[in-house]
Amino acid sequence: MIELIKQPWHWAVAGAIIGLTVPTLLLIGNKKFGISSSLRHICAMCLPANIPFFKYDWKKEIWNLFFVVGVLLGGIIATQFLSNPDTIVIADSTKASLSALGITDFSNLMPSDLFSVENIFTLKGLFFFVIGGFLVGFGTRYAGGCTSGHAIMGLSTLQMPSLIATCCFMAGGFFSANILLPLILKLF
Amino acid sequence: MENKQSIETRHQDAMCTNEAEVQHPFWHNLKYLVVGIAFGIVFVKAEIISWFRIQEMFRLQSFFMYGVIGTAVVVGMLSVWLIKKYNIKTMSGETIKFEDKTFSKGQIFGGLIFGIGWAITGACPGPLFAQIGSGFLVVGVTFLSAVAGTWVYGYFREKLPH
Repeated sequence: MIELIKQPWHWAVAGAIIGLTVPTLLLIGNKKFGISSSLRHICAMCLPANIPFFKYDWKKEIWNLFFVVGVLLGGIIATQFLSNPDTIVIADSTKASLSALGITDFSNLMPSDLFSVENIFTLKGLFFFVIGGFLVGFGTRYAGGCTSGHAIMGLSTLQMPSLIATCCFMAGGFFSANILLPLILKLF
Repeated sequence: MENKQSIETRHQDAMCTNEAEVQHPFWHNLKYLVVGIAFGIVFVKAEIISWFRIQEMFRLQSFFMYGVIGTAVVVGMLSVWLIKKYNIKTMSGETIKFEDKTFSKGQIFGGLIFGIGWAITGACPGPLFAQIGSGFLVVGVTFLSAVAGTWVYGYFREKLPH
């Protein structure tokens, strides 16, 4: 059993569990699934700075912070105790295209060429952590939700605005991965 | 009255405002911690947190992420349909209400901006937390930057087209 759990999980298993998060949160406390809001609650908690957008009682949304701390703990548990002993399988075509762009490490979930501590104060760090992270935080709030809030919760409740948002997430991603990313990686 | 205003503010650009009618003791929040843990485990075990999976998805070179998101949406839809059809209540007997989202240009502009960031970082907000837990501590910088992005959005919100 534990051997089976240690293998990478099938997309249908992962998708089903993620989908079941929607009714689980509804049934245990009438909560609507969404993750990017946690970033807003952190702003409201730590640095509201009299900005109207952050002037609300964040304690009422504390469940969301418990949820994301859980996600972090889940990451620790899965990696420490249930980790896959083999290297990650990546599509050959993706490997080939990324190799051509200078990525050399395909052994882990994240390439060490980019996601290593040494890169924090370099140009790579500026693009992949600082600018990338900023766009994620700014964009999700501007859109009013992220993949969980819009693509999963929003589509589950048949919301047209969520479909529009999801299409824009994908459009931005296609542009970024195929056009921007090669340009950025050529800088190094 | 003050509470009402707080709720209205909270509702801006939020997917949801969770104003429960029934108040629970603080330890009830541990339920969400447990659901979060399960969620984080799935993220790591299905390798959804991998930067490579996101590249595969946006390069149309693997079906995996489409399978995950597609299945999640179908399961979510069916669950919501069942809850509505049978008027299923929460554990504490509350009625589950769904609100319609209104359209704003933010869903287009913000959506595109987030998409660009998603492909660069290889993470949407959920996987960010799981990546840090998974030992990629450097993603902590991405996380802080995402909080900063949210804050800057809040600061300029009134000036942006909606």
